[in-house]
Amino acid sequence: MLNLAVPNVLGALIGRLPTLPPSLAFSLLANRVLWPALKELDYAPLIGRRYAIRVKDLGLVLRFTVTPRGFAPDSGAPALVISASARDFLLLISRREDPDTLFFSRRLVSEGDTELGLVVKNLLDALDPGSLLRRLPAPLAHAARRLIAV
Amino acid sequence: MPLELICPAGNLMSLKAAIDNGADAVYMGFRDNTNARAFPGLNFDDAQAAEGLRYAHERGRRVLLALNTYPQPDSWARWTHAVDRAAKLGMDAVILADAGLMRYAVKNHPQLRLHLSVQGSATSYEAINFYREHYGIRRAVLPRVLSLPQVENVVKHTEAEIELFGFGGLCVMVEGRCLLSSYCTGESPNSAGVCSPAKAVQWKETPSGLESRLNGVLLDRYGKDEKAGYPTLCKGRFEVAGETYYAIEEPTSLNTLDLLPEMLAMGIAAIKIEGRQRSPAYVAQVTKVWRAAIDAVKKNAAGFKPTQAWQAELNKLSEGQSHTLGAYHRPWK
Repeated sequence: MLNLAVPNVLGALIGRLPTLPPSLAFSLLANRVLWPALKELDYAPLIGRRYAIRVKDLGLVLRFTVTPRGFAPDSGAPALVISASARDFLLLISRREDPDTLFFSRRLVSEGDTELGLVVKNLLDALDPGSLLRRLPAPLAHAARRLIAV
Repeated sequence: MPLELICPAGNLMSLKAAIDNGADAVYMGFRDNTNARAFPGLNFDDAQAAEGLRYAHERGRRVLLALNTYPQPDSWARWTHAVDRAAKLGMDAVILADAGLMRYAVKNHPQLRLHLSVQGSATSYEAINFYREHYGIRRAVLPRVLSLPQVENVVKHTEAEIELFGFGGLCVMVEGRCLLSSYCTGESPNSAGVCSPAKAVQWKETPSGLESRLNGVLLDRYGKDEKAGYPTLCKGRFEVAGETYYAIEEPTSLNTLDLLPEMLAMGIAAIKIEGRQRSPAYVAQVTKVWRAAIDAVKKNAAGFKPTQAWQAELNKLSEGQSHTLGAYHRPWK
């Protein structure tokens, strides 16, 4: 059930993304949804570092940095590269899988600065999914709610 | 009340996940090396701890604070200050390992409930009774090295409540005395708060597999379909006398669901779930299974049998290839 349901929702999500370069689109969305929540946590260790998120099955790589004003596209050499399939990223975002579980089973790969990777993981774990959903644009929030409810 | 369920909380979301899924109490740490899960970005500042306490207390649950590393001479004040903060915040208990810190707590906060941490490494009732007589500890968390008959013998000879580990990653289990990682990194979990400081850990995909290194020392190389483990020295594979294998400890998880009837019968006060470093998803999933299992064993101990669904859920979350009953079960004894 899960295998089928998640990519459908993913398709819906991607279909609703603006037609921008993916890294720019990601940064815009992250600034709207993630940044206000991150600012309430200890986000200082994220600043000035470069990141890449690799969605393996979609051949998609999102490259960005975090500045004192928020997320911005950045194609420089990343300090941290996190790779997984689209489905596993969605399972992580929707809190239905534990990152360590995915890591042990080799579905999630983190390369580069391990300490930075842990900071990112622990900050994401500390976020309240409810407050993130409230900041999503309505169509995305609808898709995300369906995803979490699957 | 026997068999309380004590669950890990690395942050506020995990705390809420534990409470919402039926934990009787959670344990947490402050955001520094006063606890043995001192990972970057993990743990609680005072405002978050206060919010966690409010959330738990409103629902009739309790919050325990792990202050279970050993203070160092140059930073003694950090640990005593942590005890003061715990008392001020209204923690339901502090989990201590160091006798000096216990003395400080008793003298300055006599109302504060003290638990002896697993890091205290007390495996005999004589040791536990010493801490009880001198510092009034109310509960001891037993190191994971005793068989069930040995645990029972401890329970029979002490007034202190006994808490046992029920689920989670295992290590070489010389808790509070393990210096292994310091040979590689200069830091040991007993004072720095982690076995493998993240800054010293490196993961790398190579043509021959996924490599983990600690300060440059190769710990393991995982083949394509092999499950990975935490990058600690004790769980590495090393070449010894021409053979490469888990020379110290095989990565494995403790799962004692099968032993719940015996634990209930011998009067175990609480079951502890390992994993403050894990995410809210893990905490929710493990807590849910253990709540159901503890409720079931209390209802009908004689007919208790863990369901396949519980075991499957726990297996999915575990570190390493397998589950074990650990030292609790020693059939040769």
